[in-house]
Amino acid sequence: MSGAPLLEIRDLEVVFDTPAGAVQAVGGVSLDVHEGECLALVGESGSGKTQAMLACLGLLAGNGRTQGSVRYAGQELVGADEAALQHVRGTGIALLSQDPMNTLTPHLRIETQLVELLLDRGLATRAEARERAVQALREVDIPDPAARLRQYPHELSGGMRQRVALAIALMGRPRLLLADEPTTALDVSVQARVLDLLGNVCASGLGLLLVTHDLGVVAALADRVAVMYAGRLVEVAPVAELFAAPRHPYTAALLAAVPRLRGDEYGRLPAIAGTPPRPGQPAAGCAFAPRCSHAVQACRETKPDLRGLEPGIDVTVACHRPLSAVAQPA
Amino acid sequence: MAELLLETPPTRRAGLWLDAWASLRRSRAAWVAALVLASIVVAALVGPSLSRYAIDAVDWTQASLASPPSFANGHWFGTDTNGRDLFVRVWIGTRMSLLVAVLATVVSVAVGVAWGATAGYLGGRVDGLMMRFVDVLYALPYMFFVIILTVVFGRSLVLIFLAIGAVGWLTMARIVRGQALALRQREFVEAAIALGLPARTVIARHIVPNVAGTVIVYATLTVPQVILFESFLSFLGLGVQEPLTSLGRLVAEGALEMETSPWLLLIPSIVLGTLLLCLNFLGDGLRDALDPRRPR
Repeated sequence: MSGAPLLEIRDLEVVFDTPAGAVQAVGGVSLDVHEGECLALVGESGSGKTQAMLACLGLLAGNGRTQGSVRYAGQELVGADEAALQHVRGTGIALLSQDPMNTLTPHLRIETQLVELLLDRGLATRAEARERAVQALREVDIPDPAARLRQYPHELSGGMRQRVALAIALMGRPRLLLADEPTTALDVSVQARVLDLLGNVCASGLGLLLVTHDLGVVAALADRVAVMYAGRLVEVAPVAELFAAPRHPYTAALLAAVPRLRGDEYGRLPAIAGTPPRPGQPAAGCAFAPRCSHAVQACRETKPDLRGLEPGIDVTVACHRPLSAVAQPA
Repeated sequence: MAELLLETPPTRRAGLWLDAWASLRRSRAAWVAALVLASIVVAALVGPSLSRYAIDAVDWTQASLASPPSFANGHWFGTDTNGRDLFVRVWIGTRMSLLVAVLATVVSVAVGVAWGATAGYLGGRVDGLMMRFVDVLYALPYMFFVIILTVVFGRSLVLIFLAIGAVGWLTMARIVRGQALALRQREFVEAAIALGLPARTVIARHIVPNVAGTVIVYATLTVPQVILFESFLSFLGLGVQEPLTSLGRLVAEGALEMETSPWLLLIPSIVLGTLLLCLNFLGDGLRDALDPRRPR
């Protein structure tokens, strides 16, 4: 994890213009992803994690505006023109999306979808591209790849389609993969295989930005974790550190809400009281304050900034009253 | 390619077009319609050369200029009021009607699909501008437009094609634009954009084939419309010029003589009617065949 980061996000803001006024989906997110590193971005639905990721590739909906800076290998992507973005997409940053049922174009053979980027950019001849397509399918554990090339998406199972989608994303040999809840729509056994494959992807030196709300996936795959709440980062920490000693009360509450096999068998699953704030109604203080059992007056009045905690520990947290490493919440 | 085919296990090789083809073959009405249509096309192509008469040759040997159908004298469909062989004229006319129909349909599909898909995909202001342009053309009184064109440039075949083509793509553009607008939101289109493909590739490869079903069906419905429209133009005297003819003209001329020489009306009407019926059946069959929700 040395050298310049592959992806450098600074103060990223995403605002949507709606008939009801401007709605901020992402407010001031700063993150780094290095080569060979898996950074997980977690948060509940609507916390802005997907929008933050789409903003990196300039893929926001028409009414979305992006501010701040996203640098890929030193190249600024916010405000870059469509041609430059197009060049980065696929061969620089690839995207793997959530729903394997709909990400493949239904009327095109698997082969066409695998090779089209290479042929379109003139990166390979047809024969080379087919060769690489077979190889790419083999790398994602698709049996009998040569036969699969001739099939249509509806002839493959959901897990297979997600693996084919991964193969397509990797065809352009990107250096960074953005994965948006890649396992959500799959059953557990298939999830495990896809997670293995994503692990291999990281091991081969790609940077991986994994957007998920599944803490199990995070524990299995991530090197570092960034927790988002209401469009802002609340905690960024190495995965072991985060699970062992969450510093932000929201992270702690999130971890406490994960069902466990051992423990109080008949107890109720702890839930976080209240509901997340609605976007477009920003709070003056910490967005989590209304639901936080540790909140004091300061929390409701001023927004905490993301700051380092103790020297020597690579944890940053946006909280006026971070939990100490020793005192765990009940 | 050959190697790949050999390696491929005998899995079901289904695709949109193969499915559609199989489904079309199973639909008897569409299949019969296609066969009849094919024979009409063949007749239009080879028919005139089977007869010993030319399209503009007047046969003075008959008792009256308009003689009824007869196998003895070689006028299989009889002759018209000018003594010209109707068999030759009907098939030449069919040729003309089909030519107008095919050309207008090609323009409608090519321009309409490209225009509509681009507008729908790009959306926003570009979409607004492109579709307002279509609206403006829509608002022009069509007949008036054609009449002015004919008056200014004189009557010519090319002009008829242009006039029909210029307006024929408008509805197609609207239909395709609506579909493209919806497809734009689909995940696989977003995935294609995220893959770094340029807009033209996304439109051509990921959007247009998806609207193929609708486009083909609408195209088969356009053909009869255009044939009827050409007949209408010819009826008004704005269509093709003598000695060339079209089915519409023949019917119009026959209608004048239907009390004395009914075959002049009946024969071209039967050919025109059969043609339109077949195209409509074929369009119906294609629509069913390309509808993915239809149980197979």
